[in-house]
This record gives sequence, structure tokens and C-alpha cells, in this order.
Amino acid sequence: MLTSKDLLGIKELTSEEINFILDTASGFKDILGRDIKKVPTLRGKTTVNLFFEPSTRTRTSFELAAKRLSTDVINFSVTTSSVVKGESLIDTAMTVQALGADFIIIRHSASGVPHLLAKKLKASIINAGDGINEHPTQALLDAFTIKEKKQEIKGLEVAIVGDIVHSRVAKSNIYCLTKLGAKVRLVGPPTLIPKEFKDLGVDIHHNMEEGLKGVDVLMMLRIQMERQGKGFFPSTDEYSKNWGLTPDRLAIAKNDVIVMHPGPMNRGIEISSEIADGPKSVILDQVTNGIAVRMAVMYLLAGVKR
Amino acid sequence: MKIKIINGYILDPSQKIEGIGEILIEDGIIKELNINRPKAGSRSRGIKDTTNKKDLSDTKIINAEGKYVVPGLIDMHVHLREPGFEYKESIKTGTMAAIKGGFTTICCMPNTLPVNDHASVTEFIIRKATQEGFCKVLPIGAITKGQKGEELAEIGTMKNEGCVAFSDDGNPVMNSLIMRRALEYSKAFNVPIISHCEDITLSEGGLVNEGLLSLTLGLKGIPNEAEEIMVYRDLLLAQLTGGRLHIAHVSTEGSTKLIRDAKAKGINVTAETCPHYFSLTEDAIIGYNTNAKVNPPLRTKKDIEAIKEALKDGTIDVIATDHAPHHNDEKMMEFEKAPFGISGLETAFSLSLNLVREGVLSLTQLIEKMTINPAKILNINRGTLKIGSQADILIFDMEKEYHVNAKEFISKGKNTPFDGWVLKGAPVMTIYKGIIKELV
Amino acid sequence: MPKELLNKTDIDRALTRIAHEIIERNKGVEKLCLVGIQRGGVHLARRLASKITAIENKEIPVGSLDIAFYRDDISIREKQPIIRRTDIPFEITNMKVILVDDVLFTGRSIRAAMDALMDIGRPASIQLVVLIDRGHRELPIKADYVGKNIPTSLNENIEVLLNEEGFDDKVILEKKGETNK
Repeated sequence: MLTSKDLLGIKELTSEEINFILDTASGFKDILGRDIKKVPTLRGKTTVNLFFEPSTRTRTSFELAAKRLSTDVINFSVTTSSVVKGESLIDTAMTVQALGADFIIIRHSASGVPHLLAKKLKASIINAGDGINEHPTQALLDAFTIKEKKQEIKGLEVAIVGDIVHSRVAKSNIYCLTKLGAKVRLVGPPTLIPKEFKDLGVDIHHNMEEGLKGVDVLMMLRIQMERQGKGFFPSTDEYSKNWGLTPDRLAIAKNDVIVMHPGPMNRGIEISSEIADGPKSVILDQVTNGIAVRMAVMYLLAGVKR
Repeated sequence: MKIKIINGYILDPSQKIEGIGEILIEDGIIKELNINRPKAGSRSRGIKDTTNKKDLSDTKIINAEGKYVVPGLIDMHVHLREPGFEYKESIKTGTMAAIKGGFTTICCMPNTLPVNDHASVTEFIIRKATQEGFCKVLPIGAITKGQKGEELAEIGTMKNEGCVAFSDDGNPVMNSLIMRRALEYSKAFNVPIISHCEDITLSEGGLVNEGLLSLTLGLKGIPNEAEEIMVYRDLLLAQLTGGRLHIAHVSTEGSTKLIRDAKAKGINVTAETCPHYFSLTEDAIIGYNTNAKVNPPLRTKKDIEAIKEALKDGTIDVIATDHAPHHNDEKMMEFEKAPFGISGLETAFSLSLNLVREGVLSLTQLIEKMTINPAKILNINRGTLKIGSQADILIFDMEKEYHVNAKEFISKGKNTPFDGWVLKGAPVMTIYKGIIKELV
Repeated sequence: MPKELLNKTDIDRALTRIAHEIIERNKGVEKLCLVGIQRGGVHLARRLASKITAIENKEIPVGSLDIAFYRDDISIREKQPIIRRTDIPFEITNMKVILVDDVLFTGRSIRAAMDALMDIGRPASIQLVVLIDRGHRELPIKADYVGKNIPTSLNENIEVLLNEEGFDDKVILEKKGETNK
């Protein structure tokens, strides 16, 4: 039921396609609970993890997903490759294709790189994060986790808190949750939440206490030290005082609120340790679900007629 | 060598002449121009051979029936890339592309390697163009040494060597004091200062127009204000100094308003825009199309409407191309790494004719903006069919339809967002110095 | 025009007979469990389990198995198969697993089902129940219990329609392209 050989972003998916992926992921989650956590479905295919940006959890998650589908996996990390020697992106990608890649999982610091590769290569390109554009599998696993805990996404009040403008996770989640009918609000300093987001149908709050009222799902974002330019906020201390998630602030949300975080966390800055480790946190479920969702994506892309 | 152009519809805004007539060219000069039927009503469409056998046998007859005959076009904003970046374009290929686009005079920007901030580089460009160029090349010198924006370049000496204007294009002159000095100093040499208006502290890292689209594509944006702040600053400095200011590549509604007000106040300013700013919106970048990546960036519908309005009421005086060729490999990259620029010489005129079809400009007004207006700003004796002027003439067919095929561009730069477009109206023959360059 | 081959009563009688056969051949129901293959086999497995329970007065574990991930035709299928759940809430290791499917045709679904079972546990043995055997085997697979043998040609289709899916119980034969459910 997917129409494209690639997964470039949530923007390119319909809500039907998103739900189809989530339903497929349920089937794969069953596999992960078994003793033999493997199926022969994509036996003989080759997956290349092409990561131009550092990542442990996403890359490992994709690697596990690929292996559990019985594909052969190659990890291509930029620091150990000829990219350092000045090879162009296109040359690197064509080399990877010549090695027989069926799936290329790409993470890159420049937005639009997966789209460029998708045009040039025959392999299925899966976007594992491009610049400040999208991180679609993260949004899918977040939606899967929410559905698991809340049964229905439609009508849920979801708050995304933090550095929205630099967060591809936030953007993919905004597109995904709005497509699935949730009511999304963004919370954070005005310098990190561009007003154009209102045109996407989301509410914007700059006051944390206001923003958390009546929230069913709370998504905390990492303050991205490495992406900061200048002048977005004066200090992490001030950020934490105004927008950090403390137990007091968590109590403003609904009683059965679930707390999510894409990881890695800055404990004590955007989220307090006791919440991260507490009963409302589903952060570790997100990690488990990530493998099932990524298996579903690869399985469905393999079935798309070229 | 004598050439006679007959049966064409002659249009010369510089003399306010139009109508079916004849032009006689001898030894590269326009010897005679006669209008037989001023502002004729209907024009026959087919090409009939009406060669008058009584004509002198040593004259080449060009039958321009059904075509328009205008002064050769002048493009006052071209990047020829030579010296230093010949893999993108050379003086030879750039001037060939210009001729194909109907241009007989082009001005080349100084952001070469080395920068044209010294008479020796100016001399090189002029010499190369004389040897290998297919049309006239007039160099634009740098305002500051190395285009660094810190020290004035030798404007006087460079003018003497042949520069017709000065610009740091590619870069703005961020330091207001330096810009002030440039405008003041240039008065001694009666040359315009062409300003690339961009506040780089606001546009830093920006790749496309700032707005909802840039947000959803995950591309850092350049707000309109980055251009408008500098436009305003330069207008105030022009007012303060009395120097001659020319604003390059105007792209926003706000800029047009500022320039309109300044002109009303009598400030000595002229302005240009480029075909992509009245033909495309930011939507052209959807799909991360690097061929639509240009600086200033493509803007919104609102800005296009304002640009057309400004062309109509004379706020914008000139249509130039900002021809910026790049090598294929450079545009086939991550969007943020690809260089800015559109290869525009070969599509500019056709795109500009759309303005006539849409009723934004009359044909006369359009030709004005591409011939006599730039000529006046640059203070050159071109863009006219006056008797005695150099025979730089463009014959074009208003009805000719064709597909834009970037692969077949004469320019080394195939980077155009118009690839595949169907355009109507094209140059058919460009005559430079009385020599015919056939193009059909 | 589809032809009705078995009606509600025929189906019920066949299942009753099969239930008795299973108990007879296995000398009782010890270590027996039923696994229905999605979708058709699942309902039949449950019905069989009820019948066996009625005869022997003992509960038999019933599960459902989705074979989508074990198919051998992923890249050539026209549409992507919809994933249904595999729900086997009991140990199958050392158990006698009775696989249940509605129609036996090429045998590839059964091969996939056996691979899936092997990844879930180590059954003591696997036996196969099918309601209809329509011939045209492409693999060496044989059913242990058959409701009815119906020879067909390749341009025909057999459909098992069941109450649980909202139809009247019946088995129909139709020419390919004739579906009018």
C-alpha cells in the first residue's frame, strides 16, 4: 500500500499509509517477543547504514531491524571513509549502490540529501535524519508508542517542548500527529518556535505552565548544543528555569499523561531525572518500538513495485 | 560589407521610432534607417521572398518579414567567470551565450579570481574579449579591494582602463562608511555604484526565502528584510552624498516601495531586476531543486506582483540577467552546499516577452528596459538604432515557440530552473558590429 | 456465476468427521493443540476445537498464525499482504501441532507456516487439516485430514465463506475474474 520506493519524510505520506505502517509494526513487535527474534522475510537483501552524522541509538536500531529481517548489514560511518578524503556525496552514494545495496539508511547534516539520493539511486532510501528537515521513523515510532498507550491518537492533546526550529524530530512529529488528528501545541522560547508553525494548525505557547494544561502526551526535546547559532537563549540555566520539565510542572498535565523523549537526554536541563526514570515515562518503550517500526518500514518498501 | 534588413517591424525606443521599414548597414555602422509604414496595423506572418532584384549585388539582404527589429540588447549584470573560474564559463562561451540570447553588449561582474579590483585585471578582460569575445564586454570593477568591503579600489584608474561601473556584487558593502565614501568618490568619475543589497548578519547561512516553505523543507531562510534594510541604507547614503546608485537584482515588494519613494524624493537611484524574479516563486525549490537556488532567493507571489508593478511604473529601470553559470557537479550536491545562481542569458528575453503578453509592459517599454535604459545608466553609446551608431541589432520572432533544453545551452552553465519550459518569442538573428550571427 | 459446492450442513458434517479422525489417530487429545493459518484457517480451527472439546470433554489450546513474513513471493506479489496477528499464547515445543487451513492449493502457504512454527518453538509433530484440497501441488505437501477433495483447473478459484466473516457458510467455485462477493 506504500506508493514510493523510499521513505523520505512524513510529509510525503498519507494518513492511510502511516496507519498501514503502524499496523504492520504490530506484527513485527510480536516477533521481538519471541525466542527466535528473526524472520527470513528479506533474506539475501543488503542494507547499508550511511551515517554522515554521529549516532548510536538510531543506527543500532536500524541495524537490528535490518538483521532481524535477515538482510546483510554494512555500516558506513563517515569518519572511516573516503568522504574525509573529499569524495563528493554523489560519488559516495554511487559506490554504495555499486556494492549492491537494496536499502540505504541515510543520516546527513544537510536537509534534502535523502531526496537527492532517491532520485539518483535504485535502492530504497530511508531517511534517518536530514539536517533540520525530518526524521520520519522517529515520528512513526512515537506515534506507535502513543497508540499503544492511548489506543487512539485522534483528539489527543500533544505538547512538544523545546528547540522546535532545529529539531527534525519535532517537525516529523508535527506532520505525523496532525495528519492523524491529534491537537498539537508547541512550547518554548519564541526564538526557537517560528510563528509560521501556526500555519500548520498548531498552537504556540511560550509559558510552560500554560502550555502543559490538559496535556495527554508530553514530548520533550533535547536542547541541541551543537546546533545552536547565536542568541537563541542566554543560558541553559535560564532555559531550564523556564522550560525544564520538573515534577511540579508535570502535575499540571493530565493525570495519565505519558512523557516521551527521542534521546539522548540532557538530564537536569530539559527533563529531571526522576521524571525520566519515573512511571509516566515511556522513553524505553520508544526504543523497543523503534526496531519494530523500522522493520515494518523496510518490509513495506521492499514490496513496492519499481 | 553591406547588409540591408527589409520588411521587419523596427522598434527603437531611444528615438521613439516604430514601424515597418528598412535598415542599411555598411562597415559595421547603421548608415540608413527608413520607416515605410509607421505603426503598421497588420503584419503578414509567413516569410515571403521579396528580394528586390534592383538592389546592389554586393548587399546581403535580410528579409525580416513577420519579425521585430530592435537595438541589440544590453545586459548590465553578467558573471563571465574568467579569469579564475573558466570551468564554469569563459569570456568566449559567455559571449556566445549572450549572442544566442539576443545581447550584443554585456557587463561582467568583478568577482573573478583574481578579483577585478585593479586596472591590470580590467585590461586582461578587455583584451580577452576583443580576441575571443562574440559581443561587446564592458567590465564592472570592484568597489573595494578584493571585494572585502574594507578599502576602496582604484576606481579612477580602472575607469580609465575601461570599467563602466563599480560593484562588489556577490557581496554587499556591509560597512556604511565605506559605502558612503564609494558613492562620494564615484562622483568624480561619473560612474554608477551598483549595490548588491544584503545584510549578511540577517541572511547568514540562509539558502532560500524565509517563510513556511523554508520551514517545512528544513532550509534556513533569508528574510525579505535582509535585502530591504540595505536598500534603505543605500538610498539614504545616495541622498546624503549625491552619488549615483544602482540597485542590483531587486527581489522584494518592500524594496520596490523604498525605491519608488526615493525616486519621488529625487534621489539619484536606478534599479534592475532579473527574469526569475518575475517568473518564479519560491515553490521552484520544492524537491530541493538546486537550479532554483539563487541569491537573492526566489520570493512569493506578492513580491512578483510588486516587481511587475515596479516595472510598469518605471520604479525598476532595467531587466538584467545576473547570469551566474556553475558546473553541473557543483549543482549536483547537498542543497546547502550548492552555489547560488541561475544561467540566464539564453532564456532572459523570452521570459521578458511574457511581460508584454501579460499586459505588464508594452513591447516598447520592454525593449527600453533592455537597451536604452541600461545604456544611459552606463553612459555608453549603445542600445540605439540612430544613424551612425555601431550596428548592434536584434531580430526576433514574437511567435516562435520552443522548449528550453538546458543540455543544449551554449553557456557552460546548464543550471536553469526553466529546463523543459515552453517559451514563446525568441531571438532569430543577432548582428554585432554589422556581422551576422544566425541563430535559428 | 459461482457454483456452490458445499453448503452449511456439508461443512459442519465434514468438520465433525475430521474432529473424530483427529481424536482417533492421536489416540486422545493429550499434548494436542490447534493452530489456524490466517485468515480462513483461524475460524475453522476454533470450530474444530469446540467440536473436539464437546466429544472428549477436554479444552484444547487454539492459536492463530500469520505467515506474511515467511512468504516466498514478497517481490512479485501485486499488493502488499496485510499483516494480521500471530497469537499463540501457549508453548508449542513438544506439542502435537495441528495446522488448520481452509484451502490447500500449491502448498507454499503450508511450507511458510511450518517455517514460522519452527521459529516459534520445536513441535513434537505437525499435522495438517484442510477443508478443501483443490490439487495443483507445487511442493511435496500432503494434508492428513481433508474435508473434501475437489479437482479444479488453474483458471478457477475456490472460496470458503464463513459465518464469522459475515457470510452464510458455503464453499463456492468460480471462474477467475468472476468475484461478486
